[in-house]
Amino acid sequence: MSERAEANNPGLVTIEVDGVEMQAPKGSMIIEATDKGDVAVPRFCYHRKLSIAANCRMCLVDVEKAPKPLPACATPVADGMKIRTRSERALKAQKGVMEFLLINHPLDCPICDQGGECELQDLALGYGRGVSRFSERKRVVKDENLGPLIATEMTRCIHCTRCVRFLDEVAGTSELGGMFRGEHTEISTFVGSGVHSEMSGNIIDLCPVGALTSKPYRFSARSWEMLSHASVSPHDSVGSNLQIHHVRGSIKRVVPRDNEAINECWIADRDRFAYQGLASDERLNEPMAKVDGRWRTVSWDTALELTVDSLRATAAERIGVLAGPQATLEEQYLLGLLLRGLGGNNIDSRLRQSDFSDQAARPAFPWLGLPLESLDNRDVTLVIGGLLRTEQPILNHRLRKAVKAGGRVAYLNPLVQDLTYPADQFAVAPERLVPALAALVLAAAEAAGKPAPDGVAELADQQVIGETEKNLAAALVQAERGLVLLGSLAETHPQAATLRSLAAHLAGLGGNAHGVVAENAASVGAWLAGAVPHRRAGGKDVDSTGLDVAGMLRAQLDTFVLFGTEPELDCQDSAVALQALSRAGNVIAVTPFASDAMKEYASILLPASSFGESAGTLVNAEGRWQRFPGVAAPPGEARPGWKILRVLGNLLELDGFGYNAADEITDELEAVCAGVSPQAMAPGPLAANAATESEGLQRIGLVPLYAGDSLVRRATALQQTDAARDLRARMHPEEAAAQGLDGEHWVLLRQDGGDIRMPLVLDDAVPRGAVVVPAGVRETAGLGAQFGRVAVHKA
Amino acid sequence: MSAVSNDGQLLSDDVRRQIDHWLAKFPPEGKRSAVIPALHVLQDANGGYLTNELMDALAEYLDLPPVQIYEVATFYTMFDTKPVGRHKVNICTNISCMLMGSDEIVSHCEKKLGIRLGETTPDNRITLKVEEECLAACTGGPMMVVDGHYHTHLTPETVDKILDELE
Repeated sequence: MSERAEANNPGLVTIEVDGVEMQAPKGSMIIEATDKGDVAVPRFCYHRKLSIAANCRMCLVDVEKAPKPLPACATPVADGMKIRTRSERALKAQKGVMEFLLINHPLDCPICDQGGECELQDLALGYGRGVSRFSERKRVVKDENLGPLIATEMTRCIHCTRCVRFLDEVAGTSELGGMFRGEHTEISTFVGSGVHSEMSGNIIDLCPVGALTSKPYRFSARSWEMLSHASVSPHDSVGSNLQIHHVRGSIKRVVPRDNEAINECWIADRDRFAYQGLASDERLNEPMAKVDGRWRTVSWDTALELTVDSLRATAAERIGVLAGPQATLEEQYLLGLLLRGLGGNNIDSRLRQSDFSDQAARPAFPWLGLPLESLDNRDVTLVIGGLLRTEQPILNHRLRKAVKAGGRVAYLNPLVQDLTYPADQFAVAPERLVPALAALVLAAAEAAGKPAPDGVAELADQQVIGETEKNLAAALVQAERGLVLLGSLAETHPQAATLRSLAAHLAGLGGNAHGVVAENAASVGAWLAGAVPHRRAGGKDVDSTGLDVAGMLRAQLDTFVLFGTEPELDCQDSAVALQALSRAGNVIAVTPFASDAMKEYASILLPASSFGESAGTLVNAEGRWQRFPGVAAPPGEARPGWKILRVLGNLLELDGFGYNAADEITDELEAVCAGVSPQAMAPGPLAANAATESEGLQRIGLVPLYAGDSLVRRATALQQTDAARDLRARMHPEEAAAQGLDGEHWVLLRQDGGDIRMPLVLDDAVPRGAVVVPAGVRETAGLGAQFGRVAVHKA
Repeated sequence: MSAVSNDGQLLSDDVRRQIDHWLAKFPPEGKRSAVIPALHVLQDANGGYLTNELMDALAEYLDLPPVQIYEVATFYTMFDTKPVGRHKVNICTNISCMLMGSDEIVSHCEKKLGIRLGETTPDNRITLKVEEECLAACTGGPMMVVDGHYHTHLTPETVDKILDELE
């Protein structure tokens, strides 16, 4: 019978809600149908992205023939079910629940940060009694410090457990739990360990009351006095959709904007809290120029005049332009037009990369190889040289979903990372990445019964791989929805071209999707807008290829234009960057921030907009263009980046700089890019290139979670997190012993003339022969390349 | 966070054997079901109470987030997360026993031992446990459980006798 019933059933059942007929998928819950049909059912614990707890009981509805009201969130629909959401019985049940919820909830709305946007406050208006009948003592819960991002007021907690379920199910860190029971229930870590997930801020949004609120935003505005504008996160290549809340142009906080195709309803903490950097003491408010070795505040006219003079005084091929990790498409486009208008081609935004040997063969832009959304259903994924949890938290979350759905994820990295899901992690010393990947290609060729591509055997260099690796290669070959991805570490690796080529071969053998996880928000845009030395906007080749970033820094150029970058922190090789800039005659920095280091090497500082202060477009890793408006006014004399470049174009008397709005630039560029389609790199001929020195101890320069760009480096609360404060060198215990280091103490690190001191921690996640040293932070500025030989001594 | 890093050295071989015995009773995806019996094993081996270090060691041994162990340990009154006396006395104060006079039994015990519910005698002999819910012996109320043994139809006299016999 059941077979026939199922055959006749198209998977939908018909229900009646408040007299209106509705169709709902079999097995779905009543609340999903009412939400879809725009019928308001009150709730606290239910959230469409989390498991069903059914513990708040606020969504009780009246179901015909049921002996008592049923929770809409946990009652599956049935054919012919008649539901009344506002009948007397339903309302009585809902009001009853509300009375119980309010029994222990403090009446402190006037001093509660959630006031005005509180789900409990809103629903209490509709379902609460005017006067409380409860005259006994309310309970009080001691607060716990969850860290610098999340403020707690646990007396207000109604135990919906959304935060507990989020951290367990979505973030994968399981840091909070429901301790004790009954009236004594407390949401807590129990041991006071705090919440450290890179996505922890989402529990602020999830909390339906004022128990969990934003610490940086706390008490700085009221929800009703703020305006909200859409924006896009500039901190990674995901392009998470944001909503900026501001009071008269002053940004108060950032919250996620739902976009199922990108970030769903979540954002990473750095998307949420980095705005604090806007108020940094190092914010540049006025144009400045170095006159006779001293900094003077100057007018825009003077500053621009000086800039134009130094650009004109330098031969175009002696000018180098570096574009930072947050530059918008428009800014990169104008930078390219400006430099090429002068006759130069030395422009780059691939600041952390060092191997450009295959740039001519690369597709129009580094592409993820598939839409972000499709990451969720990969059956086998291999990430090469990528620490996705720190590089792209939202992308990591999507891979976690793939694992939860039964998929397999593997990493080939120079170290084992702390992940939020089970994955195969293969770790080899940085100089063995190429052989290890080549060995995987050999194994895949064997599994596919195809001949190995020419040259792979030589690259494999006798690298022995284990059964798990072979098994993974076979799984990739057999996968229906396999994926091979290259992360930021692969892109920054000295043999990046070989890694890219091997990855393409590996994917080719299994017919897998394959791509590159663009490093930062500007990475894709740079290729489209022509902020690379070998391509114009639209991916068209230039007549004579300019110098790449590494070439520029070594060529002792006369003039540098820095656009939104601190090269000593943003470049692969901090020592070389500092050297090149201090030797250059003119360094023009178009920048929102001016650090002491920058004031050393720069000659002109032009104050520019930062996050939220300028209209623009960012293109994410999947190639999606996202325009956003300028929301806040840049401080003081600072101006949107594109406007500064437009005026420079006009003053330099270059053609085509007559834009009146950012949109005009975007439209123009869109037309230029009309024929560009996303492509994965084709498997090309293999040749060993720029082999790393394999002698001596190798540095693995990792950019910490909150050090990727100049804004996040100045975000005060993020900088107080454990993730930001843990600046230590990490080394395998055996390697430390071999280096004569007998334990965890301070060490002296020497690389390319730079030396610094930092604590050493012994960690068997790091392979032998290597030491992990943070990059992109002031503490290690002045050291050499992220990958390279380093010496470690007892300090 | 956890003081235990090298695979739960805090857990003796015997404790591990007992936990494994319980683990074997559940499918791998249902290993959380073994948390209650495992906590009993740990508590019994540690003089009647659990420490954070022990719970962390168990979390590591079972490969579960520590917070899921804390939740269980704090939920049930049969687990103690603070040091206790040599004997645990649980007096039922739920409805049936209350109607049969458990309040009187409680105040008698408190007076006799000189401690309140939730406290331990200074000589570390007896802990009076707080808020004990129905212990499923309503026909014999008022009743109490002492170190796992049921005593029903209590009177102040029988309580005296039972408590006096505890070492």
